[in-house]
Amino acid sequence: MSKTATAGNKLNSSPLFTAVSYAIVSIISLVCLIPFIVLLAGAFSSESAVLRDGYWFWPREFSLKAFQYIFRYPGDVLSAYKVSLIITVVGTTISLFVSTMAAYVIGRKELKHRNKLSFFLFFTTLFSGGLAPYYIWLSRNLHLSNTYAVLILGPMFNVMYILILRSFIKNSVPEPLIESARIDGAGELRIFLQMVLPLSKPALASIGVFTALAYWNDWWTAMMFTSRDNLIPLQYLLYKMLSSINLSAAMAQHVTNLDAPKETFKLAMTVIATGPILLVFPFAQKYFVSGVTIGAVKG
Amino acid sequence: MRDIRKNWLLYLMFLPVAVYFIFFAYVPMAGIVMAFESYTRQGGMFLSEWVGFDNFHYFFASGKAWLVTRNTMVYNVMFLGCYTVFSIVAAVFLSEITRKMFKKISQTLMFLPYFISWVTVSAFVYNFLNYEYGIVNKLLHYMGLEAIDIYSNTSYWYFLLPFLYVWKWVGYGSILYLAAIVGIDQEIYEAATIDGASRFQRITRITLPLLKPTMIILILLGLGRIMRGEFDMFYQLIGNNGLLMDATDIIDTLAFRSLMGSADFGMASSVGVYQSVLTLIIILAANWLVRRYDKEQALF
Repeated sequence: MSKTATAGNKLNSSPLFTAVSYAIVSIISLVCLIPFIVLLAGAFSSESAVLRDGYWFWPREFSLKAFQYIFRYPGDVLSAYKVSLIITVVGTTISLFVSTMAAYVIGRKELKHRNKLSFFLFFTTLFSGGLAPYYIWLSRNLHLSNTYAVLILGPMFNVMYILILRSFIKNSVPEPLIESARIDGAGELRIFLQMVLPLSKPALASIGVFTALAYWNDWWTAMMFTSRDNLIPLQYLLYKMLSSINLSAAMAQHVTNLDAPKETFKLAMTVIATGPILLVFPFAQKYFVSGVTIGAVKG
Repeated sequence: MRDIRKNWLLYLMFLPVAVYFIFFAYVPMAGIVMAFESYTRQGGMFLSEWVGFDNFHYFFASGKAWLVTRNTMVYNVMFLGCYTVFSIVAAVFLSEITRKMFKKISQTLMFLPYFISWVTVSAFVYNFLNYEYGIVNKLLHYMGLEAIDIYSNTSYWYFLLPFLYVWKWVGYGSILYLAAIVGIDQEIYEAATIDGASRFQRITRITLPLLKPTMIILILLGLGRIMRGEFDMFYQLIGNNGLLMDATDIIDTLAFRSLMGSADFGMASSVGVYQSVLTLIIILAANWLVRRYDKEQALF
């Protein structure tokens, strides 16, 4: 907040009001945080303590057994990590590059059909054929089931992001600059690669983190289109483990073993699947925050 | 045409996105014809036997149509209402906090739930509400109260689902509204302070009235999505729990179950078309209202 605001708030300040503000903000923050703590506490508790006393806010009888159990047969988890990393990195890179290219094109004033192109994209957010044709077309006609392609292409573009990029580029890459580059003999591709892309970095960072998050958290595409164990991303693996269905044979055998820590196992798996986001989050937060506000200023 | 010849390279740069949307949006969109066919594998999406409105008759006669429509709308209205109120409360009080460190940490904590998938949220719910081991029942036990069985009682979910929705989105919403509050001219506050306005009065007489335009726009845009259910949330939290079905079945879960569960393509596609058409009408209406209120903010 700006200096004037701080000064303004200090004038005729009331301690009671300040206390109430801090209290309300603290309560909301704590409610947001506590489930994460309970999750960690449960994952690091011993199975017998959970079976006896249930879950609690801190570990009762600290134990790493659930994690040891998962990593005794790490095949499923490592494979899921690999799939998630591949689709997130490859998908985000392609998506950003191609989205920015399209956004730049539909923002160019000299294109007569630019508004038609924008509408061509925008209309897909207004109307859709629904789930059934989408599923049938992708799986039975395009034969995309059980491929990396469907995991990457399915969630690839978000029309709103393209439109946000369009207005960002319009505002941050002035038309005269493009004109003068062109007079100096730069081709369209070069203008895009050497001027537009570098100048759009702030927006690319924000849209990039949102896109990456969408890929990382996507379990739906995998559930719809994959049935092979080597194509299961992390979130879908987590879903399967939480609902205890269709574990790969090797894993299932060990989970159903009598000595398996069934309750804490689920939580440890959740920690493993969610951990990377929570570790990256503090560093990426500012890009998310600026992304929310760029999106709010509609183009 | 001359435009295309002159700027062919620019059009070429748009081509990948165009091809994508043709294949992943427009062809499936043409697939709405499926809703009027008795789909078979041989006939495929476009050449199966034409049956007119039979699938829709079946859908409406099943008694599900009104149930899922009502559930979708009721939940979305509750979500939107609670989300708006809590986001504004969080933003207003965050803006009153002057200690930078405290503000930063609390914003981070509020934003945290936004980053996890609903799969993870379902693990949290299990943690808290599991009958045997959940924290809520342990706490009730310590207080000498009866344990509650959340997974077989519908009435809890009318409270729990909006709560979880707010829990996940309050950080996001508070950033939106906080940005609007920061944008308010500080001189207004200073003038009010000199005139002797208390901090509480400054909120009710300045901040909230000036947030109204932002709020109205966000609510109208939210209403445009009222027929689109939160599939991820409902599917992950409730899944195929038959005990809760009547209270928590939404259009999206019904379409999904018909397609993937019972491979009832007629039902699935007619539900999809029903939802798409309603959504289109409602978005057009919401956009018309937004346009009347503030032309700049209209979607189109």
